[in-house]
Amino acid sequence: MKIYADHAATTKMSKAVIALMTECMENIYGNPSSLHGPGQRAAEVLAQAREKVAVLLGAEPGEIFFTSGGSEADNQAIRSAALSGKRKGKTHLISTEIEHHAVLHTLKKLEGEGFEVTLLPVYEDGIVRVEDVKAAIREDTALVSVMAANNEIGTIQPIKEIGALCREAGVIFHTDAVQAAGHIRIDVTKMNVDMLSLSAHKFGGPKGVGALYVKKGNPLFSLIEGGAQERGRRAGTENVPGIVGMAEAFSLAVEKLEEHKAYESGLRDALIAGLSKIPHARLNGDRIRRLPGNVNFCFEGIEGEALLLLLNEKGIAASSGSACASGSLNPSHVLLALGLPHEVAHGSLRLTLSAENRMEEVEVMIKEITGAVEYLRGISPVWEELEKGERDHVI
Amino acid sequence: MLYSEKVMDHFRHPRNLGKMEDADGIGEVGNAKCGDIMKMYIRVENDIITDVSFCTFGCGSAIASSSMATEMIKGKPVKEALALTNKAVAEALDGLPAHKMHCSVLAEEAVRAAVKDYYDKNGIAQEP
Repeated sequence: MKIYADHAATTKMSKAVIALMTECMENIYGNPSSLHGPGQRAAEVLAQAREKVAVLLGAEPGEIFFTSGGSEADNQAIRSAALSGKRKGKTHLISTEIEHHAVLHTLKKLEGEGFEVTLLPVYEDGIVRVEDVKAAIREDTALVSVMAANNEIGTIQPIKEIGALCREAGVIFHTDAVQAAGHIRIDVTKMNVDMLSLSAHKFGGPKGVGALYVKKGNPLFSLIEGGAQERGRRAGTENVPGIVGMAEAFSLAVEKLEEHKAYESGLRDALIAGLSKIPHARLNGDRIRRLPGNVNFCFEGIEGEALLLLLNEKGIAASSGSACASGSLNPSHVLLALGLPHEVAHGSLRLTLSAENRMEEVEVMIKEITGAVEYLRGISPVWEELEKGERDHVI
Repeated sequence: MLYSEKVMDHFRHPRNLGKMEDADGIGEVGNAKCGDIMKMYIRVENDIITDVSFCTFGCGSAIASSSMATEMIKGKPVKEALALTNKAVAEALDGLPAHKMHCSVLAEEAVRAAVKDYYDKNGIAQEP
C-alpha cells in the first residue's frame, strides 16, 4: 500500500486542474502583453483567473499580484512594507518565531540592512498571543507579519484579532497563508489583512505559482525588474497555464472546504488518538486550533530521519523536523519554539492528510509507526538511558 | 535517492546490532542534542576483536555507518581497528552525502572509544 501523508509539502493535482491547464497550454499560447488576438485571449484568461482568486479571498482583482510562489510573495510583501516604512522613519518589524524561512530569512537580511526585528514567542501550544503583538508594536513599527497557519505543527493563529490590532495602530499587517488557503476559510476583509501570500501547489494547484494580495493603498515594490506585467509590480511574462490552474484549484478547494475539513479532521483525530497510545509520545501544537489534516508528533529516544526512512520502506511518505531530515545542524525552529529540547525535537514526525487519504490508511500508519518507533527505540542508547532512569523523560 | 544502495542495505539490515553483555570494551560517542549517539561494544581475545556490536540513536546514515564500522573491525587485531578512518567507512558505504560525513566520523570515534575502554580496563597503555 502506498500512502501519501505529506500534503503540507505539496499536493497532488486533480485531473480537472490538469485538464484545464493542458487545454490552456494548447490553445491559449499568446503572450498576455501582445495586442493581437492570441495575446488578448491570454490576457482575458489571466483576468478571469485574477477575478476568481480575488473573489475567493474577498478581495478586488486589482489587489491580486501573481508570483512564482509563496516564497516570492512573502519576500515581496515584507520588503515592500519595510522599504515603505523606512521612508517614513519606521524601521521596526514584528513577526513570530515559527514563521516559514521565506519570512524569517527575509527578516534576517533586513536586520543586516539596518532594520530591527522582534520575533514573538508562541508558547507550548504553538499559538501567538494577541497581547504580545500589542505589547510589541511601537511608534516606529513598519510591519507585523504572522502566518495564518503553521506548516509544521498546523496551529491556526488569531489573524483576525491581530489584524484588527494592526489596523488600529496603523501598522501594515501581512499574513503568510500558504498552508491555510484552501484549507480553512480566508477573507482578507473580515480578517483585517493588508497583505497575504499564497501558493498554488499547497491546495492542488501546480508548483511554481503563487499570489500576493495587497490591499489597495498599500505599497508594493517589485523584486524583479523588467516589463510592466502585474501593473509594474512583477516583471516577467505571466505563467498563464499555472495561474489558470491555481485559480481553478483554489476554487475547487474552497468549494469543498467544509466537507474536506470535516472529513480530514476525522482522519486526523483518529491518527492522533492512535499515535497517542505510543508511550512517551507527544502531539506538537494545539489540539483544537490546528489545520484539519495536520498531525505532528515527537517520540522520545529516536531520531526522525531514521523513522522517515523506515516508513518510506513501508510505502508511507511523511516528513520530519529533525536536523538530519532538514539537512541542517539544528532541529526545526518551530519545535524548538515550543520549548522542546533538541533531543526531543530530533524525534519528530509530521503527517499531513488530505481528502484523498482513507481511514484504512490511518490504521496502517498507526500500526507501522508504532512498530518503527519500537524498533528504533530498541537500538537507541538514548532510549536505554531513559528506561534505566539515567536520563529523565521529557514527555 | 539521498543514499547509496549500500547505505540503505546497512540501514535496512544492520549488521552486529544490539547490546553485548560482558563486553571487554564499550565506547559511546556523540550527544543526543545533536541527534546522534553511537555505542559500540567489543569482545577481545588474544588482541583480536572477536565480536563487536552497536546501538545507535541517529539518522539512517548514522545507523549504516555504525553497522559498516562493526563489519570492518570484526575479526581484526585491535591495532588495525584503531587505524580505521571515517573516510574508509564512508568509502565502504559507497559514499555519504556531504552533510552526513560526520556520521562516519562518529563511527571512527566509537571504535576508538571502545578500544580505549578496553585498554583502560586492562591497564594497557595506549600508543599515542
